[in-house]
Amino acid sequence: MNVLAKIFVTLKDSVLDPQGKAVTHALHALKYGAVSDVRIGKYMEVTLSANSLDDADRLVRGMCDELLTNPVIEKFTFELMEVSQ
Amino acid sequence: MKTAVLQFPGSNCDIDALKALHHTVDTMAELVWHTTTDLSSYDLIVVPGGFSYGDYLRAGAIARFSPVLKAVQEAAARGRYILGICNGFQILTEAGLLPGALRRNESLQFRCEISQLVVANGHTAFTSEYTENEIINIPIAHGEGNYYVDDETKKALQERGQIVFRYVSEHNPNGSVDGIAGVINERGNVLGMMPHPERAVSKRLGSEDGLRLFASILKSWRGTHVLH
Repeated sequence: MNVLAKIFVTLKDSVLDPQGKAVTHALHALKYGAVSDVRIGKYMEVTLSANSLDDADRLVRGMCDELLTNPVIEKFTFELMEVSQ
Repeated sequence: MKTAVLQFPGSNCDIDALKALHHTVDTMAELVWHTTTDLSSYDLIVVPGGFSYGDYLRAGAIARFSPVLKAVQEAAARGRYILGICNGFQILTEAGLLPGALRRNESLQFRCEISQLVVANGHTAFTSEYTENEIINIPIAHGEGNYYVDDETKKALQERGQIVFRYVSEHNPNGSVDGIAGVINERGNVLGMMPHPERAVSKRLGSEDGLRLFASILKSWRGTHVLH
């Protein structure tokens, strides 16, 4: 089966995000006073072939651990969906 | 002492490093392409600055999987000296040879300037020619030099003397935890630093404080290799 993985990479809560902080300030300058915090991350779409969704889950977790994220400062979540060829 | 200066697509401080080595310690230094799989003949391996693989994904994340990095891992395990400068430091942390990670500068700006460093450990193979707590001038040029380690690791690094360089406290240019500018591994043969010692080897460059870093390495190597 063909699987699309939507991967969300964010900084760990303990890691300060200077970009997010700058954007928070910019939103405040635009009078969006309701905003209390912005955290900026990365979004990736990986298309892969797998035997099952469980199999895809294992593969995507592996690639996140090995390359797509740096576990020292980042964490990730992902969603999987079957797509046509 | 035989030295390799690694070259990745996107390295841009490789020639500077090579010239600095020739100028300072006149070692047998040569450029080595990233596809090389054997570094066993080298005593010192310099991983230079630049933007390897365009810094895609994260700085150093792709270079870490270059064939030559396996050889660097082997050389490190054999106790050879490894010096990672700027992007080289980022590569060594991504490869797990050094603890921590380098984040975007707190200011979000690329900072290119002379930085004042405190030699926090003057007893390493890379710093024995400095006096401990001496303040030296070495340039920085980076957008992602904001060093991060968690509190527990930082404490361990401090206790074991693995923090080798700090920015002087009133001038932390990037927001690094504890002002850390350079760290060494536990064994003491792998050093990573954001500042560029190879750009500070002559008064005409504005500083020659980087000279003694290379002299220290040569001295350490002689201490173990030259017959008395």
